[in-house]
Amino acid sequence: MRGQGIVCLDEFWVMSDLVRLEYRNVTMRFAAGSGKALVAVERVSLAVRDGEVVSLIGPSGCGKSTLLNIGSGLYTPSDGAAFVDGERVQGPNAHVAFMLQKDLLLPWRTVLENVMFGVEIQRLGLLERKRRAQALLENFNLAEFAGHYPHQLSGGMRQRVALARTLAVDPSVLLLDEPFSAVDAQTRMVLQRELAQTLKRAGKTALLITHDLLEAVTLSDRVLVMSRRPGRIIDEIRVELPQREDPIARRHAPRVNGYVARLMDRLDIRQADEYAAGASA
Amino acid sequence: MNRNSWLVRRGTAASLALLLVVLAGWQWGPGVLGIPVFIIPPLSAVFEEFLRMLAVSGLMTHTGVTAAEVIAGFLLGSLLGAFFGYVLGMSPTAEFALSPYILALQIAPKVAFAPLFILWMGFTVYPKILVAILIVFFPVMVNVMTAIRNVDPDLINLARAFTATRAQIFWKIEFPASLPPLFAGLRIASTLAVVGVVVGELVGGNLGLGYLLAFGEGQANTAMVFVAILMLTVVGGIAYLAVIVVEQRVLHYLPPRALSGV
Repeated sequence: MRGQGIVCLDEFWVMSDLVRLEYRNVTMRFAAGSGKALVAVERVSLAVRDGEVVSLIGPSGCGKSTLLNIGSGLYTPSDGAAFVDGERVQGPNAHVAFMLQKDLLLPWRTVLENVMFGVEIQRLGLLERKRRAQALLENFNLAEFAGHYPHQLSGGMRQRVALARTLAVDPSVLLLDEPFSAVDAQTRMVLQRELAQTLKRAGKTALLITHDLLEAVTLSDRVLVMSRRPGRIIDEIRVELPQREDPIARRHAPRVNGYVARLMDRLDIRQADEYAAGASA
Repeated sequence: MNRNSWLVRRGTAASLALLLVVLAGWQWGPGVLGIPVFIIPPLSAVFEEFLRMLAVSGLMTHTGVTAAEVIAGFLLGSLLGAFFGYVLGMSPTAEFALSPYILALQIAPKVAFAPLFILWMGFTVYPKILVAILIVFFPVMVNVMTAIRNVDPDLINLARAFTATRAQIFWKIEFPASLPPLFAGLRIASTLAVVGVVVGELVGGNLGLGYLLAFGEGQANTAMVFVAILMLTVVGGIAYLAVIVVEQRVLHYLPPRALSGV
């Protein structure tokens, strides 16, 4: 919200003040039984600047995914609004692309065709579609699997294809909802590094939902902590570590433990066992 | 893969051996057990009857008529079933409004409509096709409807987030996702179509294998009844195989195991 730039220590590079994604006073109520309303998120305001990676953590059911759905235009907030590139989000739009824990690959499409899915819907020309998809597959070392079907790939490869599909539409903002929580720990680290490198290289802006505190710290520039339902943002942590493009190296930074401890504290981890697994991974 | 080919070889050998045993039992069993020819005619008698019917009873014409009715009933019934399956799957309102009637029609034994259709349309091919359409309709419709309902909502949200139109969601997600269950329905439909046609032919008319069944029964010509049953099995088998061949082409992307269950 408040427009201070963040200094990245490794390059002394001042991050742009251009805000890519912004939530202004967003409240979301869902109709619950017997005429009551369930408040999923309440008066959430946040801004993600160009090229910034922000993580959102919080207890299960605190409305993180609701925020993502609002950002991608699938939900209309009850109050407030989301803005992408300064434009109010009125519905699904080509500026935003999201990726979930499930790879959501279409089993009847080859890897190449799956990567082209989004750009195909946005009616890009066939040649441009193919060019983009092939370039992305090369990037992710998946070129030789272009003609394979999803069931022939491992979980990690499928998730990489899903990431390639998300990037193929060249979105201003990526919304990532626990993208790696379904893959094993080693694969997850590899995927995290690939994501970090890709985001850095392409200068993409991302909002990442995760349950994994270490993932939040190693991948992002900032971590936002949400409260239990109704979800509000209760803390903001600036991750002042070098090498955002290398989360594996970041894991060894001495200050990481301090950040994780602070997050655990803010989340009342001692009462909530569900985080134990995520934090230690 | 090795294990598989071994299984195929062993299985085929056992299958053929079983066939030989059954055929031999059919040929000599009745004589040994003292079963009269008009109850179970031996294999050779059935084969002679088959040749006689080919020559003088127009067996191929009757088979052709039945096959044509099966194809027509199967195609029309499947198309209608798929159409209503898509409509009801996509429109909860339509499903809510129509489901009691559909359920009633589904519970009613479809073959019982055969006499009614013959009263309406006379001794033509149409009542037979109509019974087949009716009987084929439901498994196809139910499978398609369920498939559309069960499409992962996240998949649809993904397409929507990419700014897909309703038509794009249907053609790029819902329709392809419905194909495996559609083909499962078509497999069942291909065998049910034969049932529908035969019942129609049994009830009235003077063409088709169903008519030969009734005719053979009237003449106490057991061998003729056997020939008709065998030919019906051949017609049904070809229809079933045709569905499988198309299915394997269309659903080539599925892992092999999912297709093998014949």
